[in-house]
Amino acid sequence: MAGTPSAPATATRSAGPARTTRLPALVPEPVELPAHLAELRAEVRAFLDAERAAGAWTPRADVWLSGWDAGFSRRLGERGWLGMTIPTRYGGHGRSALERYVVTEELLAAGAPVAAHWIADRQIGPSLLRHGTEEQRQAFLPGIARGEVFFGIGMSEPDSGSDLASVRTRAERVDGGWELSGTKVWTSGAHLAHAFFALVRTAPVDEGNRHAGLSQLLVELDRPGVEIRPIPLLTGAHHFNEVRFDRVFIPDERVFGEIGDGWAQVTGELAFERSGPERFLSTYPLLAALVGELTAGTGTDAGTRRRIGSLVSRLWTLRSMSLAVAGALESGEAPELAAALVKDLGTRFENEIVDAARLLVDVPPDPGAPDGFARLLADAVLHAPGFTLRGGTNEVLRGIVARGMGLR
Amino acid sequence: MARNTDLADLAESIFSDSWDPGATGLDTTAWRACAESGLTTLTAPDTGGTLDDAAVLLETAGAWAARVPLAETDLLAGWLARSAGLPVPDGPLAAVRGSLGPAGDTTGDTTGDTVAGVLPRVPWGRALAGVVVLDGDRVLVLDAAALTVTEGTNLAEEPRDTLDATGVVPLATGPAPDGAADELALRAALGRSLLLAGAARGALARAVGYAGERRQFGRPIARFQAVQHMLAEAGTEVAAAAAASAAAAHTARTAGFAAAGTTLAVAAAKARCGEAATAVARITHQVHGAIGFTREHDLRLLTTRLWAWRDEDGNESYWNDRVGTAALAAGPDGLWPLVTG
Ligand SMILES: Cc1cc2nc3c(=O)[nH]c(=O)nc-3n(C[C@H](O)[C@H](O)[C@H](O)COP(=O)(O)OP(=O)(O)OC[C@H]3O[C@@H](n4cnc5c(N)ncnc54)[C@H](O)[C@@H]3O)c2cc1C
Repeated sequence: MAGTPSAPATATRSAGPARTTRLPALVPEPVELPAHLAELRAEVRAFLDAERAAGAWTPRADVWLSGWDAGFSRRLGERGWLGMTIPTRYGGHGRSALERYVVTEELLAAGAPVAAHWIADRQIGPSLLRHGTEEQRQAFLPGIARGEVFFGIGMSEPDSGSDLASVRTRAERVDGGWELSGTKVWTSGAHLAHAFFALVRTAPVDEGNRHAGLSQLLVELDRPGVEIRPIPLLTGAHHFNEVRFDRVFIPDERVFGEIGDGWAQVTGELAFERSGPERFLSTYPLLAALVGELTAGTGTDAGTRRRIGSLVSRLWTLRSMSLAVAGALESGEAPELAAALVKDLGTRFENEIVDAARLLVDVPPDPGAPDGFARLLADAVLHAPGFTLRGGTNEVLRGIVARGMGLR
Repeated sequence: MARNTDLADLAESIFSDSWDPGATGLDTTAWRACAESGLTTLTAPDTGGTLDDAAVLLETAGAWAARVPLAETDLLAGWLARSAGLPVPDGPLAAVRGSLGPAGDTTGDTTGDTVAGVLPRVPWGRALAGVVVLDGDRVLVLDAAALTVTEGTNLAEEPRDTLDATGVVPLATGPAPDGAADELALRAALGRSLLLAGAARGALARAVGYAGERRQFGRPIARFQAVQHMLAEAGTEVAAAAAASAAAAHTARTAGFAAAGTTLAVAAAKARCGEAATAVARITHQVHGAIGFTREHDLRLLTTRLWAWRDEDGNESYWNDRVGTAALAAGPDGLWPLVTG
C-alpha cells in the first residue's frame, strides 16, 4: 500500500497486490510419522499400562514440572527411552527426533512422572552435543541416558525474568577457573538435580550490546558455596528454588561453550524447548478424565459435545503444528517463529481445558483426593498460571512473533 | 513430501495478475490461465497431481480471493462424475446433493428422460458449464445451460444461485459409489478449509502491511505493542488454520477419505479454520480502523470470505459436534489413540 498512509482513501485505492499476501512462513509443512513408529508407540503404551496397573504411579496434570520420580526415570532409561537422540558412543540410542517425540507425547498423555529427567533429556543432552567439550559429554551424557543424572536450568534471577540479558550473577576470572557470586530463582528441581547451567555475566555490561559478556557455566549443585532454598508453589509443593552462589569455584572444564557466547547458546536452546508436546499436553490427563466423567453420565447435550469437539479439534491442530516444527528441527532448520506461535497457542489451550472441565462437570476441585477428576482439576487449576509464564511469557513470545512478521 | 513451490509460484502469479478488487463474478482470465496450466483438473487421475498439490493451489486461491470455482470443479464435481463412471464436462463445475425426482434408474438407459427439482445455493451456478448432482444412489450430470437460474450470493458476493432443473434431460446418469455422500461432504469441507486458511493469511498480510504504513501519534501503528500483540494473535490463528488444513489434505491423500482418521482430520480442520476465521477477521478489521470497514478497501474481499466460508460446508458447531461425538464414543482411554491416529 504505497502512497500517503495518513490519507486513507489514497492508501486504499493504490493497494498494490504484488506483495500483499506474502508473509514469512508461519508454520512448516505437515509431517507424517513414519509407519514403524506405530510399533514404538505400542511398546510405550504397553509399558505405561503395566506400570499403572501395578500402581507404580497415578496420572497427574503438569507432570513435567511436578511428577518427580527417579525410579520411573531409571526404568525409562533401561528401556532405551531417554537420551534417544544421543549417539550410542555417549550411552544414547542414536534415534530420530520424531521417535523421541512419540515416546514423549505418550508419557505426557498418560500423565506419567517425567519431571526428574525432563530437563536433562530435553535440553541438556542436545546442548552438550552441540556446545559441550568431549570430556563434558562423556561425564554427563551416559548418566542422562540411564536416567540417573538430573539437571535444572539456571537462567532467571530476582531482577531478570523476561529481560534475561539483565542477569547480574557474576563470574570473576580466578586461577584455573571462575568464581561465581549471585542468586538464581524459580529453579525447578534444583534441590533434587545434580547440576544446572547458569547464565552469568563474565564481562561488565556493555550498554551498546546487552547480549555481549554473557556465558554459561555448568554448575554441579553440591559445590561448596552453593545454597539451595525452597520456594513453595501455590499447592505448597516444593519444586521451585532460590539458588545462591557465594564465591563458588567453577573450574575451566565446566565452562559450557565459549566464554561470551552465552546469549546465542541460550536462545538456541529456547527454540528447541518451545514447541514440544509439553506445550499443549500439560492438562491432557484432565481432558481424558473429563471425557470419562461425561461418558459415565446420562448422555450429553449438543453444547457439551461441541465444546469437547472444539477442544479435540484444537488439540489435533496443535499436535499437527508441533510435529511440523519437530520435523523442521530434525531437518536442520530453526523455525523460531513457528515455535513461538505453537507455545503461545498451546499454553493457552492448556488453560482452556481447565475452564471446560470446571464448567462441564459440576464437581469442586479436591486437592486432597488421591486421584480422579476432582484431584486432576485441583492440580490443573493451581498449576495453570505457570503454563503461560515458563520458558518465556506469552507476551514476550508475541513480541517474537511480531518481529518475525516484520512488525518491529 | 516437499511442498510444491513451483505450483505455489504459478498459482501466485496467476491470481495476483488478475487481482481486481472492483470485480465480481467468475474471473474468466484466471479461469482460462488455470485451465491452460491444468489446475482445473489437478487431482484427476493421470495428471499426477495430489491432494497436497490441491492444498497449495486452494490456499493460494483463498489468499487472493480468487473468483474461480477450483475446489468445486476439481475436488468435487470432477471426482463425483468420474467415480460414477461419467464423463466430466469441460469448464467450471459444481457438485451438490439434491433430489431430482424421476428419471430412469441408476443403471439403465435413461436417454431422453427428464428430471424435476430445484437445487438451492449452488456455488457459481450462473457461470457453470455443468452441475454434478448426487441424488441418493445415483449421480447425474446436468448441462448448466439447460437450467433456470435465480441469482443469489453469499456474504462475499460470490454466486450462490438457485438452479431449477425441471424438465431437463441429464447429460449422463450413473450409480453413486459407496459412501459418496460422506466423501462429498468431507471433500467440500476440506476444500473450504484450505480456502479459509488462505483468506486468513491474505487478510493478515494486508493488516501487517497496513500497520507498517499507517501513522498515528507520530509513528507507524505497528510500533505500538498493543497492535503487535493483536497481529501476533492473528498470526497464531493463521498458522493454526494453515497447519490444520494442510495436515487434513495430507491425511486424506495418504489414508483415503474412507479412513476414520481422515474424517477426524477434516472435521477438526474445518472447525479450526472456522474459529481462526472469526479471530482473524475481527483483528484485521480492528487494525485497519474505519477504512477497512468501507467498500473502498480491499480488506473486505478477504474478511467477507472468512465470514461466508466459515458457515459453508458445515460450520464449527456441525464439525465440532462430529469430533465431540467421536471423542465421547472413544472414551477416556480411547481419546488419545483417536487423536494420534
Ligand atoms: C512453572 C515455572 C517453572 C520455571 N522454571 C524455571 C527454571 O527452571 N529455571 C529458570 O531459570 N527459570 C524458571 N522459570 C522462570 C520463568 O522463565 C520466568 O518466570 C519468566 O521468564 C518470566 O519472568 P518473571 O517471572 O520475572 O516475570 P517478569 O519478566 O517480571 O514479567 C511480569 C509480567 O510482565 C510481562 N512483561 C515483561 N516484560 C514485557 C515486555 N517487554 N513486553 C510485554 N510484557 C512484558 C510479562 O509477560 C509478565 O506478564 C519458571 C517459571 C515458572 C512459572
